[in-house]
Amino acid sequence: MAVTLFLPTVLAKLADGRAIESNGDTVGAVVADVAARYPGLAPRLRDETGQPYPFVTFYLNDEDIRFNGGFDAKVSDGDELTVVPAIAGG
Amino acid sequence: MATATAPLATQLEELSSDEILRYSRHLILPEVALEGQQRLKASRVLLIGAGGLGSPLALYLAAAGVGTIGLVDFDVVDVTNLQRQIVHGTKDVGRPKLESARDRLKDMNPHVHVEGYETRLTSENALEIVRDYDIVIDGTDNFATRYLTNDACVILGKPNVYGSIYRFEGQSSVFATENGPCYRCLYPEPPPPGLVPSCAEGGVLGVLPGLVGTIQATEGIKLLLGIGEPLIGRLLLIDALSMQFRTMRLRKNPECPACGTREIRELIDYDQFCGIGGDPLQDPHGIPEITPSELATKQQRRDDFDLIDVREPHEWAIARIPGARLVPLGAFTESLSSFDSARDIVVTCKMGGRSAKAVRQLQAAGFKRVWNLAGGILRWSDDVDPTVPKY
Repeated sequence: MAVTLFLPTVLAKLADGRAIESNGDTVGAVVADVAARYPGLAPRLRDETGQPYPFVTFYLNDEDIRFNGGFDAKVSDGDELTVVPAIAGG
Repeated sequence: MATATAPLATQLEELSSDEILRYSRHLILPEVALEGQQRLKASRVLLIGAGGLGSPLALYLAAAGVGTIGLVDFDVVDVTNLQRQIVHGTKDVGRPKLESARDRLKDMNPHVHVEGYETRLTSENALEIVRDYDIVIDGTDNFATRYLTNDACVILGKPNVYGSIYRFEGQSSVFATENGPCYRCLYPEPPPPGLVPSCAEGGVLGVLPGLVGTIQATEGIKLLLGIGEPLIGRLLLIDALSMQFRTMRLRKNPECPACGTREIRELIDYDQFCGIGGDPLQDPHGIPEITPSELATKQQRRDDFDLIDVREPHEWAIARIPGARLVPLGAFTESLSSFDSARDIVVTCKMGGRSAKAVRQLQAAGFKRVWNLAGGILRWSDDVDPTVPKY
């Protein structure tokens, strides 16, 4: 499945930009593909065992993947996956 | 999308004829009208932080006629705050932020009562302070206080209007309403210290807290009046560079220890929860340090050593220590082979946090004679050479 992964500007410099085209059947597979292509970005997306962090939320289209199977959530062609890390500035 | 809830401000307070004139543009809005303005006057809103987000929040809530505004802040106004903290002025540099904000708000609207709490919000005082307010607005600048604010709001059943910012991006939502999600539903745990740089390290566009703070003020007023569709169950993402606003669905997590299972019945140690203490910034244990004065002596003696600056090139352009070589932290691993392990190495950055990470990397790579410059270039400017500009 062809999926677009969107990064916040702060992570975009670790990849080729804010929108990365990727492939996979699940959110986890897409994240693994992107992590393999951008080793500098990899540790910001998931932990050493490949699992999601509690402080980085992934939205599949506009739904939090945690309520949809997490990294096992199935993706469809054209889906958008958005990475939203915790920020605390004020 | 959440629909309008009952007004949180349940009391009404009479308006004087001066106030009726002042609030004229509200009174002719059917959604506010006389009754809504009387609700605002009777309402109490607590702002955590009188900084970037707190500035527009306090100004607009005061202008709107929110009767009592509580402010929690223990900081003093610094000249680097003025690029975005518009409630304070140049004449206020060095004054407590509470005093400065109180004066400005009184000038903005003398009908508003400002209650100041010149303290850090802590597990010991949070419930007592929050209890007396209708709504809490989170404009703090660190994870520990955000989790503390969230848990206090959930325990006391007070809505928490959330906003946070970094560089060009912001987030906002409304947490801890009766059936809505809370901050822990969005982020169950904070990132480890040091992973997400603060605005002091990473920077923030000065206008951004204005964008996000006014969204929080809007949500606060909507909740007090019971109008519109509040940001309950939605996370608003703001990107100032592309000027895009997106809303994501936010669900209440039934497993959430705060608002789901409610196993958090009292406030915890939030510094410990956020891992503060294991942070090289906070706990330099195991990292050899050298002070700026010691470094200056070393330079005067013409000792044989390398001074490595791990900041970014745009920071290097602002200020640098003579004799330093720039190796940004992002490229540090690839540059390890360019260092000579036989020579002494001193590593520096803006404040000493990033250079501590670099020292750890050097130690892990087998370098024995490495030191972190304590306090970075800011302390160098204070202690050794004031002609090096601070930023």
